[in-house]
Amino acid sequence: MNLLQNFNKAFESKARLGIMSVLMVNDMVSFNSLKELLSLTDGNLATHLRALEEANYISFRKEFIGRKPSTVYSVTIDGKKAFNDHLNELEKFIRGT
Amino acid sequence: MNEHLEQLKEIRSMMERSSKFLSLSGLSGISAGICALLGAWYAHQKIHIEALYLLFDPQVRSEIVPFLMLDAAAVLVGALVTGAFFTIRKAKRQGLNVWNPTSKRLLMSMLVPLLVGGVFCIGLLYHGFFWLCFPGTLVFYGIALINASKYTVNDTFYLGIGEIILGIVALFLARWNLVFWAVGFGVLHIIYGMVMYFKYDRKQL
Repeated sequence: MNLLQNFNKAFESKARLGIMSVLMVNDMVSFNSLKELLSLTDGNLATHLRALEEANYISFRKEFIGRKPSTVYSVTIDGKKAFNDHLNELEKFIRGT
Repeated sequence: MNEHLEQLKEIRSMMERSSKFLSLSGLSGISAGICALLGAWYAHQKIHIEALYLLFDPQVRSEIVPFLMLDAAAVLVGALVTGAFFTIRKAKRQGLNVWNPTSKRLLMSMLVPLLVGGVFCIGLLYHGFFWLCFPGTLVFYGIALINASKYTVNDTFYLGIGEIILGIVALFLARWNLVFWAVGFGVLHIIYGMVMYFKYDRKQL
């Protein structure tokens, strides 16, 4: 079962997998859209975002929409690579069993 | 194994849900189609079919053009209102906000070809090429649908192809303009709506 070791720990939770999936197909996604899409609470989402950010998989930018401040997130090149590797591992694992 | 399959499914659905507006209801298509059929039926009652052929006659034209424009505007409003109603209802049931980035992208991708088409047809009217507006609206609407299909269910692409084909055929069969309009905006919408309803909506109820 050494295949399992190749799975990326950063993507272990369902929420983080969800965040990465959304960011892979959208250039920029706001905090609030992520919250709605993944049905997470503010605190929960923020924690997961911070973890991915610390792994250098996502980056963020503060923006103003009218007067409202908004944080928009996007995936980094590292993040894209890590997520693709993770998908390949999943695929390998499923094919292998 | 199952856990990993679950993960893959989750990833796929997230990618789709975040990039496409999937709350379009099949019932919206059906109601829009019914509005169009009512409008076409009413126009058929009021206008002698031959009159559509005499549109070079200024008197005929001054009577018929405003009537048909009003009729079409009423159909458009009816289709938009009932269509929006069913789609908002579906989005609410899914627990989603109707006004989100995907619906905005969907609307924008439709609006550009539709507005261009609208202005183009007004230009045709202005120059008296009245009968060309029927195929014109069908073709531009089809292009709008194909453009928008990137941001919603794939089936919209085929509806768009259908509208374009009808529009092009109508271009060469001007006598049947009203029939093509009724088929394009009425029958095709109803078929599309039913397909959507049975394919996507029923599962969720």
